[in-house]
Amino acid sequence: MSDIKKIATRESYGKALVELGAQYENLVVLDADLAAATKTDMFKKVYPERHIDCGIAECNMTGIAAGMATCGKIPFISSFAMFAAGRNFEQVRNSIGYPHLNVKIGATHAGITVGEDGASHQCCEDIALMRTIPGMVVMCPADDVEAKAAMRAAVAYEGPVYLRFGRAACPVVNDNPGYKFEIGKGQVLREGSDITIVATGTCVGSALEAAEMLASDGVSAEVINICTIKPLDEELIIKSAKKTGCVVTAEEHTIIGGLGSAVCDALAETALAPVYRIGVRDVFGESGSAAALMEKFKLDGKGVYEQVKEFYQRK
Amino acid sequence: MTNSELQKTANAVRKGIVTAVHSAKAGHPGGSLSAADIYTYLYFEEMNIDPKDPKKEGRDRFVLSKGHTAPGLYSALAHRGFFPVDDLVTLRKLGSYLQGHPSMQYVPGVDMSSGSLGQGISAAVGMALAGQMDDAPYRVYTLLGDGELQEGQVWEASMFAGHRNLDNLVVIVDNNGLQIDGPVCEVCNPYPIDKKFEAFNFHVINIDAHDYDAIRAAFLEARETKGKPTCIVAKSLKGKGVSFMEGQAAWHGTAPNDDQYKTAMADLDLIDQNLA
Repeated sequence: MSDIKKIATRESYGKALVELGAQYENLVVLDADLAAATKTDMFKKVYPERHIDCGIAECNMTGIAAGMATCGKIPFISSFAMFAAGRNFEQVRNSIGYPHLNVKIGATHAGITVGEDGASHQCCEDIALMRTIPGMVVMCPADDVEAKAAMRAAVAYEGPVYLRFGRAACPVVNDNPGYKFEIGKGQVLREGSDITIVATGTCVGSALEAAEMLASDGVSAEVINICTIKPLDEELIIKSAKKTGCVVTAEEHTIIGGLGSAVCDALAETALAPVYRIGVRDVFGESGSAAALMEKFKLDGKGVYEQVKEFYQRK
Repeated sequence: MTNSELQKTANAVRKGIVTAVHSAKAGHPGGSLSAADIYTYLYFEEMNIDPKDPKKEGRDRFVLSKGHTAPGLYSALAHRGFFPVDDLVTLRKLGSYLQGHPSMQYVPGVDMSSGSLGQGISAAVGMALAGQMDDAPYRVYTLLGDGELQEGQVWEASMFAGHRNLDNLVVIVDNNGLQIDGPVCEVCNPYPIDKKFEAFNFHVINIDAHDYDAIRAAFLEARETKGKPTCIVAKSLKGKGVSFMEGQAAWHGTAPNDDQYKTAMADLDLIDQNLA
């Protein structure tokens, strides 16, 4: 896929903030000493008076955002997923979730593709944590196009939203004129009849690559892109499972509580299809380049292909 | 209001607290009673609020960072006319809007949900920051427990408030000296409270939490303080007004039984008589 354009979704986050800042005068951006990494420095350059650096104090940043939201602001709090969702979990639950305040959480550097920083910074638990909070919308965009669309939808939506972005450049897979984004709606990116691959975030590109490889083996894989993990597009997933009778999920996240679990929740009572969950299998990450880690954790195109093939053969 | 009127109102607020917690058979009377004079001053004298329009734009805001003393806040709000005083007996009961800890979604006049210690002050700082950004005239008040000062987030919020010169913010510490496990100085000593806030660029005022002259002067001084947030360290008596609860850590989170309720109300009736 070397000819395909690659952009990190944290970059898309920064650009979208600048674009939306012009449209929404009450949009404010909070950061915790990571403006260069989270890319909120782009917003800071254009709207310095609306960019608030809270220093290295994510829990306080979350509370400040909650207070500002009660006064009519639309705050985006920005940090690495490890801190935005992990360190902050209880603040997000009690100060944002419980009062259902209009705060958006822009969590960058999610998953193992943080790379060289290693396990302490590789958050593979954020989707699981955030989807347990009542009323929280959880989105994990697959690429630049989707990240920007998700940002526009998040601002237009009244209520808390968790947005998951990555550090590493990833292929743009949604760059087509027919692309439409709606919170809670997934898209069939490739139609197939033998097996369904439901993927999110960086694994969408891997799933598409895997589907191509499966096709040369004579296996027709349907690829569904799920950006909104909560609320989940259950209808679309059930429809596809009915057709193929075999489902694989793929995510750069632990298989416990993330997209895989959400899909299992949706399918468990239907008896339509067995589900295999591709993801980080209850282990911590480690240092390495993003590409090397995706390969090691079998989350790249080849890794997804091999795991899907093996599961399909058991069908 | 005169000091005497405030004292009478505070006594009614205290009766509401005891009645609500007795009815709920659970709740936190000690810290509600210690802060009753502060609640009364804020809602009857200090804050620009309208019980008929609880979400009025430009109103002053209050965040109860020590959310477990909700009975005190509810009683003050009810007596101020935000909702019927009779509803106080529904506290903590299934279906009541008077949840165990304050919820801004259910209770008229509650500006922020709270209960998890250390978080309310951050929300108050956010409100003050929004006011500073918009050059809005409203002021923001938040009440903390002295045990709550053990939460690290309090100091994250204080550092930020001091750094941003939020002079529209008043942090009040209800310094009753007791937390669930005992005296705060024995559990994990927060003293000196005033010096700590001074070090975080606050203007600090030490007062007796039950002396209305001192309370009035402190809030006036806070209004006149520019370029810094104010911290009022209010030295109080836990359980104030109810003889057997005064100075007892055991009454932090325990409800009076029927006999104790009668004694408590008799204590407060006596205060009424003395004030009359």
